[in-house]
Amino acid sequence: MTVLIVDYGRGNLFSLARALEHLDAAYQVSGDPEMLELAERVIFPGVGAFGDAMRGLMERGLVEPLKAAAHRGTPILGICVGCQLLLSKGEEFGAHEGLDLIPGTVGRLPDLRPDDPNATRIPNVGWRWLDVRPGATILGALGENDLMYFVHSYAPMAENEEHVSATIPVNGVDIPVAVRRDNVVGVQFHPEKSGPAGLRLLDRFLKADIRV
Amino acid sequence: MTSSLTPPPPRIIARLDIKGPNVIKGIHLEGLRVVGQPGPMARAYYEQGVDEIIYMDTVASLYGRNNILPVVEEAARDIFVPLTVGGGIRSVDDIVAALRSGADKVAINTAAIARPDFIREAAEAFGSQCIVLSVEAKRRGEGRWEALADNGRERTCVDVLEWVHQAEKLGVGEILVTSVDAEGTRRGFDHTLFQAVRGRVSIPVIGCGGAGEAQHVIDAVRDDGLDAIACASIFHYGHMPLPELKAALAREGITVRPDSLAA
Repeated sequence: MTVLIVDYGRGNLFSLARALEHLDAAYQVSGDPEMLELAERVIFPGVGAFGDAMRGLMERGLVEPLKAAAHRGTPILGICVGCQLLLSKGEEFGAHEGLDLIPGTVGRLPDLRPDDPNATRIPNVGWRWLDVRPGATILGALGENDLMYFVHSYAPMAENEEHVSATIPVNGVDIPVAVRRDNVVGVQFHPEKSGPAGLRLLDRFLKADIRV
Repeated sequence: MTSSLTPPPPRIIARLDIKGPNVIKGIHLEGLRVVGQPGPMARAYYEQGVDEIIYMDTVASLYGRNNILPVVEEAARDIFVPLTVGGGIRSVDDIVAALRSGADKVAINTAAIARPDFIREAAEAFGSQCIVLSVEAKRRGEGRWEALADNGRERTCVDVLEWVHQAEKLGVGEILVTSVDAEGTRRGFDHTLFQAVRGRVSIPVIGCGGAGEAQHVIDAVRDDGLDAIACASIFHYGHMPLPELKAALAREGITVRPDSLAA
């Protein structure tokens, strides 16, 4: 078994599984904590609210095994709410503890400013160019045409600048949308829904040498 | 040069109205005619660089059944852009089934009008970003529109502008507004409708119904400030293929998502 898609009842696993099939990757979809010990790489999707998603992990006994896999050096990719759960805590519908693999808080996107012609309506829905931080990559370089698809109202506000790989401007503020700490990578956008550019990004995760 | 300083591109969405195994198209949501098969059409639009696809089951509300999901699942197999599914979504279980078939978002109309609390329940269960309110707007005088149900077949006496405001408060993440009067005519959008709806909510608005040429889309993006445009006839009949539409937008200085298949 190579790639594990973590199923904790909170994700659109269908599209992610199809994307991995498209990339000819051997994968398994499972919510069994023991599978995390066998996985060479872990993809950790998720939709919905932070607290509810965290509850999904706890109900299945996945919290400690996920942390253990991260500390063992297994490459982990969190997508959307899966990315958010990597942080210390979330603020959606009250305060909730996260996996605390990357220090920071999942906070709401800044509201629309009525006088701003480039105002972003929230939820932020659509395709965006990313500002990749100098010296950072998102599992390799993004091409000029590599927009990514977003649909979110919250974002992973990593505490340490060094953990922020990329941002997008939202209503005048640069918002982190890709975070990384060693072998743990999180992306707020949906690579499995971002056309060929997103598929290339997933492929790079499958091949990346980011074990520590 | 493009960067995050460039405004994000408005989404150009292909809307496929489904009846049984076919994609159909009508005028004013009536007089339906078969224009193709959902799988190959969605695949072609994906390859042309479409930003999103909406599947709308035109008969599910009428007969109280869900037959669109196998069609969605088939299409979702090798299409890696967002898919929205609507028509006949009337319970949390229906939403679960749609998401399992590969949908990213669901569009709800009739069931939400019948019971507005359904929106709140759906948004709490799946997040606002998953729930699109579909509004079929029929003009009833100056600055007034009635929301129709059952794919434009039923009157409701619900005022569109009141309804979108209420739905935002209940937790929908986007509004898909279709002008029944302009739909299928290719004579242009109902811009007063788009502007009125956009002014009434602070969430993204997708406009639909009436696109016949690139200028219509340019106006809706630039003047009405819409976040997304859904087109059907101009794509289905080949009047304005997607790459030509995007090129026309780009010539007007409107950002578009480049086709990354070639990249």
